[in-house]
Amino acid sequence: MRLVKTKDTPSLSFYTPLTEGGLKQPIIEGGISAGFPSPADDFKEIRISLDENLVRNKEATFYARVSGESMTGAGLDHGDLLVIDRSLEPKDGKIAVCFIDGEFTVKRLKITEGVLYLMPENKKYKPIAVTEDNTLLVWGVVTYVIKAM
Amino acid sequence: MFALVDCNNFYASCERVFNPALEGKPIAVLSNNDGCFIARSNEAKALGLPMGAPAFKYEAFCKANGIKVFSSNYPLYGDMSARVMQILSQFTPEIEIYSIDEAFLLLKGFDYVDLASYGKEMQQRVEKWTGIPVSIGIAPTKALTKVANKIAKKFKERTGGVHVIETAESITKALKWTQIADVWGIGRQHARRLEAVQVNTAYDFIKLPEDWVRKQMAVVGLRLQQDLKGIPTLGLEEGQKSKKGIATTRSFEGTLNSLPDLEERIATFANHCAQKLRAQKSAANVLMVFVRNNPFDPKVPRISKHIAIPLAYPTDSSITLGQVAIKGLRALYEADVDYKKAGVMISGLVPVNGKQLDLFQREQPKHDALMAVMDKMNKRYGNALKVGNQDLQRTWKMKQEHLSKRYTTSLSEIITVSS
Repeated sequence: MRLVKTKDTPSLSFYTPLTEGGLKQPIIEGGISAGFPSPADDFKEIRISLDENLVRNKEATFYARVSGESMTGAGLDHGDLLVIDRSLEPKDGKIAVCFIDGEFTVKRLKITEGVLYLMPENKKYKPIAVTEDNTLLVWGVVTYVIKAM
Repeated sequence: MFALVDCNNFYASCERVFNPALEGKPIAVLSNNDGCFIARSNEAKALGLPMGAPAFKYEAFCKANGIKVFSSNYPLYGDMSARVMQILSQFTPEIEIYSIDEAFLLLKGFDYVDLASYGKEMQQRVEKWTGIPVSIGIAPTKALTKVANKIAKKFKERTGGVHVIETAESITKALKWTQIADVWGIGRQHARRLEAVQVNTAYDFIKLPEDWVRKQMAVVGLRLQQDLKGIPTLGLEEGQKSKKGIATTRSFEGTLNSLPDLEERIATFANHCAQKLRAQKSAANVLMVFVRNNPFDPKVPRISKHIAIPLAYPTDSSITLGQVAIKGLRALYEADVDYKKAGVMISGLVPVNGKQLDLFQREQPKHDALMAVMDKMNKRYGNALKVGNQDLQRTWKMKQEHLSKRYTTSLSEIITVSS
């Protein structure tokens, strides 16, 4: 630790410790080189970040894994990763993660004549009409699906 | 005006977000190492599960009453807390994160804003985006936001979880309703002393002469009294990120009684505290070590000892803190005791750049560089470097038998949705 004199009086000298160690040298971008500067230096940009682009609202974004085949028509296959944004309004036509009767499921929302349907996108599965007997929670809206090829 | 935003039964709410079937069901959350209950949902409270109750004593009770028990899942709670706090800071630039589930907000310059509806908007946004329900108290001072928050919670049907007290009448009414023991910042001892002189409510307290309060409760009590009167006295805490103290304590899975075993544990705890300390760029002035046996064992007398060691100079070095902690442990240790729990706490924290110069300059300046390298390596290689007094071979695992998944911090543990 180095000491730096901060004040001098006729009888006393005041010192203060310098706690930040190391040399203080200005850092010059790209360093100092004897040769030519890199011609790319002037064109440096920030690398593409999927996180920045696929996650529009960090605080409201969650992820889920798809299990099953009922949404294959919409491009959601077994094992795919879903990006879910809870801040978006669940509207007619949106694909949403819902919690219905004790289970998480992903379906397309369809509202006709005041009835909410959870629509599969695979002919082998039937639509679910949500009635008063169901306990339904629309958990979040799916914004992207990421799949391994 | 200030607002106090408080997450309702935060740990239980976090569990429910990812398991909505637990909505309306009793839930309880255990402390580190599954020691005792540290959080209960309203339903579990209603069933009579006491706060702080030892887990093993209530295992049967929970089973019989259908209380779903969880080990504490701090990766999850920490991330959900960060989301809530981040959303709250969209509403005002001045926020003090008071604890994992509470924040004070300064609402300066909101004169023409209807604060009740502003509070509702905050509440709705937090709940929609994160799934965490919050209660909000809004008032002219911090102490009064605590009172308002309690009313918001207690009379949820009427308040909808948001309550504003602003007029003199509403403040008086709220203070008369608040029991002295429930006043923020009034400890059990002061409450007892106040009740002895017929001060039963917060309203009685603000009517006390200032001289009396100063004499009995020092300047801290006086400031609290001013704040409760509606005169803003307590501001948002500066340097909100620096915690007042850091503690690492654990119950052991079995019991320990050999000194070397305990030394290893204590050194690890001290190192853990030191890491946290360096991460927040603080240094400690005091280190405390504590050990105790199993207080529920009827065959042996209860032993619980602690020692506080003032440090010669503020330090954040794992080496120094480890050495001091071991010194403390040796002073407490008795050979014939089976220890069940131990811990290291450090306090008297100061920012590192405010370190005092000690007359005898004992701090090893080498430690700073060494610690920086150690932290860097550990960050990169996952706690690969340890201080010599920590055991390299042994792994001490936390007991977490009821752990939920790390839904938001581990890609392999996210929720599964059927399709």
